[in-house]
Amino acid sequence: MSLYASGHQTVGPYLHIGLNWLTTRDIAGRGVKGERVTIAGRLVDGDGVGVSDGLVEIWQANAAGKYAHPEDTQDKPLERGWRGFGRIPTDAKGGFRFTTIKPGRVAGPDGKLQAPHLVVAVFMRGLLKHLATRIYFPDEPANTEDPILKLVPVPRRATLIARRQGKSGLEWNIILQGKNETVFFDY
Amino acid sequence: MPNRPSSRTPSKLRAARLTGYRRYQPGTQPDYNFPPYRSTQKRCPTQPLVLPPQTISEITGPIFGTDDVKPTDNDLTRQHKGEPIGERIVVNGRVLDENGRPVPHTLVEVWQANAAGRYPHKTDQHNAPLDPNFSGAGRTVTDAEGRYRFITIRPGEYPWRNHYNAWRPAHIHFSLFGQAFLTRMVTQMYFPGDALLPYDPMFNCIANEGARQRLIAAFDWENTIPEQALGYRFDIVLRGREETPMEKMP
Repeated sequence: MSLYASGHQTVGPYLHIGLNWLTTRDIAGRGVKGERVTIAGRLVDGDGVGVSDGLVEIWQANAAGKYAHPEDTQDKPLERGWRGFGRIPTDAKGGFRFTTIKPGRVAGPDGKLQAPHLVVAVFMRGLLKHLATRIYFPDEPANTEDPILKLVPVPRRATLIARRQGKSGLEWNIILQGKNETVFFDY
Repeated sequence: MPNRPSSRTPSKLRAARLTGYRRYQPGTQPDYNFPPYRSTQKRCPTQPLVLPPQTISEITGPIFGTDDVKPTDNDLTRQHKGEPIGERIVVNGRVLDENGRPVPHTLVEVWQANAAGRYPHKTDQHNAPLDPNFSGAGRTVTDAEGRYRFITIRPGEYPWRNHYNAWRPAHIHFSLFGQAFLTRMVTQMYFPGDALLPYDPMFNCIANEGARQRLIAAFDWENTIPEQALGYRFDIVLRGREETPMEKMP
């Protein structure tokens, strides 16, 4: 049997009505192991203006490199209550901020480990289909051998790697167009 | 410990093989750059997208269950003291994948305008009345056969500023997760016979006729409640799996 997939459609400007109930800015609750980080940034359109009606969703493994999902059968610990999901609407200036723990490394293609990363989906009015991207961590030696980063043209790789900002803060922006346009993925 | 692999088995060989997801059929999905929908112009990527292999990071995704919603969250007509104004409807259907298999126990979120075509949202300035008895948000989790059901009121059409005299057809926004980051989808449900559909850039951003028709609900007499509410059937089809597992992925 083959069915036509439903078509993606924009969330439109009133997305908050349906989606805000699940807003999650603290992805790792108390008692979750790992290096705590706050990631903040802006979602910016082609005019350099912050997108005030955007939404960022995060999906990640825990510090041991395990996803809270039945298809992750790795023999690694998973904290009770760990989900690994974040949902952060942008503010009036396009800003977003969330707290989590740095995930552990998970397997990549060809048996090689991936560098620690968060998977990101971006939604907004004017996007007919959400965008997929990733956040990698600064000062992480594994980045140089990451099989996904390696596929990205060298001058654009920096758009996927957060920058250190203060003590435990990281900055990572989503630039939709132009110079320093963020790398987006098509799976 | 039972079923524990022997200590000689490297941990990377223990994990099961992962089965990836097929790419969407051409014409079933919108382009990011779609000039008839004006807002795409400053928000679509201009650089080529990078096509990476699927990994465990994308083949997994957040799982929500019945603990995450209240049993009444699927009835948008009973969230306030009084009943909302408008025509009560039942919207029901199944969440399936492209192979026709049900997607069980998956979160479905909806939001919509009230009967007058107005959202209770600070940026909606449309000169139409708000309804104090209607917020327009609901959610539910599909059952073991992928079925879901909402009770709501028929949303109104409303103007928007995309082009001269532009009106959105009546629609309900749907947000779905499926079983993976790769199956995440936000779509819209339209109503059969809506005269605005041929004029709507959102609806028409789907090039393939069959896929476009999938976004229109069907009148559903069998789920129409006598003396109460018209029924509409709306099946949502998420990305399907590949037939065979990917090369061994630890």
